[in-house]
Amino acid sequence: MISSMMHYLILSAMLFSIGIYGILTRRNAIAILMCIELMLNAVNLNFVAIGAHLTPNQITGQLFAAFVITVAAAEACIGFALIIAIYRNFEKVSVDDINIMRW
Amino acid sequence: MPSVLSNLALADKACIIHDVIPLLIIVLPFSSFLICTLFGYKLKKGAGLLSLLLVGFSSLLCLLVFVDVIVSSKGNNVLTQGCWMAIRIGSKETPLVITLGYLIDPLTSIMLFVVGFVGWWIMLYSVGYMDGDPRYHRYFAYMSLFMASMLGLVLSNNFVMLYICWELVGLCSYLLIGFWYEREAAMRACKKAFIVTRLGDTGFALGIFLLVSVFGSVAFYPLDGVNGIFTSIGYSAKGKENVLALAALLLFCGAVGKSAQFPLHVWLPDAMEGPTPVSALIHAATMVAAGVYMVARCFVLFDVNVTGKLSLFDGLIVLSPAYLVALIGSFTAFMAATIALVQTDIKRILAYSTISQLGYMMMALGIGAYSAGTFHLVTHAFFKALLFLCAGSVIHAMGTNEIFEMGGLKSVMPITFATYVIGMGALAGIPPLSGFWSKDEILAHAFMHSKLIWLIGEVTAFLTALYMTRQLCVVFLGSPRKPEAHPHESPPVMLVPLIVLSIGAAVSGLFGTPWMNLYASFINHGVAHAGAHHKPSATVMLFSVAVSSLGVLCGYLLYGSRQIQSHLEDPLRKFLGNLYSFLEAKWHMDWYEGKAIRHVFFSLVGLCRRFDLGVVDGFVNLVGWAVAYVFAYLHRFFDLYVVDGFINGLAFVTGVCGDMLRRIQTGFIRHYMLFILMGFVFLLIVSLWRIVVLGHP
Repeated sequence: MISSMMHYLILSAMLFSIGIYGILTRRNAIAILMCIELMLNAVNLNFVAIGAHLTPNQITGQLFAAFVITVAAAEACIGFALIIAIYRNFEKVSVDDINIMRW
Repeated sequence: MPSVLSNLALADKACIIHDVIPLLIIVLPFSSFLICTLFGYKLKKGAGLLSLLLVGFSSLLCLLVFVDVIVSSKGNNVLTQGCWMAIRIGSKETPLVITLGYLIDPLTSIMLFVVGFVGWWIMLYSVGYMDGDPRYHRYFAYMSLFMASMLGLVLSNNFVMLYICWELVGLCSYLLIGFWYEREAAMRACKKAFIVTRLGDTGFALGIFLLVSVFGSVAFYPLDGVNGIFTSIGYSAKGKENVLALAALLLFCGAVGKSAQFPLHVWLPDAMEGPTPVSALIHAATMVAAGVYMVARCFVLFDVNVTGKLSLFDGLIVLSPAYLVALIGSFTAFMAATIALVQTDIKRILAYSTISQLGYMMMALGIGAYSAGTFHLVTHAFFKALLFLCAGSVIHAMGTNEIFEMGGLKSVMPITFATYVIGMGALAGIPPLSGFWSKDEILAHAFMHSKLIWLIGEVTAFLTALYMTRQLCVVFLGSPRKPEAHPHESPPVMLVPLIVLSIGAAVSGLFGTPWMNLYASFINHGVAHAGAHHKPSATVMLFSVAVSSLGVLCGYLLYGSRQIQSHLEDPLRKFLGNLYSFLEAKWHMDWYEGKAIRHVFFSLVGLCRRFDLGVVDGFVNLVGWAVAYVFAYLHRFFDLYVVDGFINGLAFVTGVCGDMLRRIQTGFIRHYMLFILMGFVFLLIVSLWRIVVLGHP
């Protein structure tokens, strides 16, 4: 049981690391959003796994995972809306080029 | 104590009653002054009654003291003094001790009696005279203050208290002359009175300083271990005769100012602008006599045998203070009588007559007739107060001061007329009225002392009788000159004082007849150098009577026998010619003195002004400028470097921090993500470290 738990956690950590790596390296805003989704799903996986492990008779973990999915959907909505707005103004979606919000 | 005044019995009665009564005599009128000043508006009519009551009680105490001195003067015990307060000033080794206290001897007691008695009746008269005046209560406040300070002046046992009270009566005189200050003449007159008497008072103050420097004391007689000036003159002032004579002259300056002697007499006629009872009390009976009183009090200083003469320029000019007193007195008497001859204002005639009679008193003191001089002071207080009150009654009825607008008042105002005749007779020297005896005593002394002074005295007596008869005839006889006026007799509250004072004016002289001079033997108890008793001189007396009668006769022939319509028809005008206008202009003295004073004082004032503007103001401005400059500099420094420095420093620090921090806002999202990651890693390391090292998160 513990070993299967470790598997979940290792998978989750890998997913999260891939997400961070993507955010730090990708220039495309859409790719960054996708990496954020990866990280969120890593967290979901953690919630579900640890919830099932600590309180097997309750659905606390799943419930939190459902909330995160909902928030992630909303976040994706706003994120893509912003990206579309940016694209209309700059005709590009590379975050390195959108750097006018600075001193 | 070796003393030339060894015959003077000094008794310091340490008796409560003797300390309290003199204090009450002063405090009662003074409390009346305070109450009338503070609550006068509420009291209104009550102010007059209250001050009558308090001053009346004080006057009763004066009477008590007078009677007590008369009774005890049979023995040796003639001088009582006590100390209320001792002030110690100066160095520890040789302090100047001022013993503020009272001194009661025959002179004091008779003055207390005169001031208290005459003063109270005049205040009673004022109740009627001042009725309806808007400043009624203030009048009584001033009168009470005057009574307090005049009684204090008489009671004082040292020069300091004498000087304080001397100035206080001067102040009251100023306030009361200017009582109706809406009238410009009154306003001018009170200023003139104050300034002219101040000239004399300066000399008085210098004289006191001189005496203090010689004797180291201000007391008259020794008390509580303090030596007295009058007792130590004989032995501690040897070789200082010149200084003493100078001091006597300076003291006399004060008397000249206060008693309106030549050349400082000019204020007294103008002082008639005050209410008539004030003229009666202050400018006839009491305050102007203060100068005479002061000379009498310091009589020993004017004694040639004691103080000697003042020799100036190595004996080129030898001046005896006493001789100067006699000279000025007799000249004043003569001069004022001549001016009184041509005046047309009823009060001014009496004012010049007062100056003239004060001259008589000074003359008497100057020739050493101590008792005669002070006796004339007493009788004069009675008959001159009476004459002024009569004049007030007449003015009250007629509403004018001009004698040539009056006339025929005899039938309308019979009581005023009768009392006026008594006063006039006393002043003119008709026997047996009081003025005759006192004047005769002075003239008898003068006859023995100096024929010139006696002659001046007799001429003055003739003029006195003449101008008084002139006034009497013009005011009371004949027919009315002003038909529109409706004169009436005064109310009883004014008539009673007239009757009482006329009794005093009639009989007070009988205490000093040459055959039985009760007054002289009483007053001479208190003074060592009272001068020789004069023997009754029938020749002098008859001559005096003749001269007075001649004056009255001439006056009646000129003015009484026919009606004179205006002062232009004055028969003297024909007799005297140019002299008449000279006298009318008061010997041009006002003019010359005004010019002199204007010249001297205006240039002095100009000098002072320039000094004030240049030196004093310059210094003040310099200091002000320097202080302002220094402070402004300091303030600027503080503002620039401390206040501004703080604000600027704050802005600078904020700016620098902002400059540093803004560099991390690159605009690259990945940088931000990196910072977040770094923060995350940092927190991770911290919590791992806590778990590993401390054993708990």
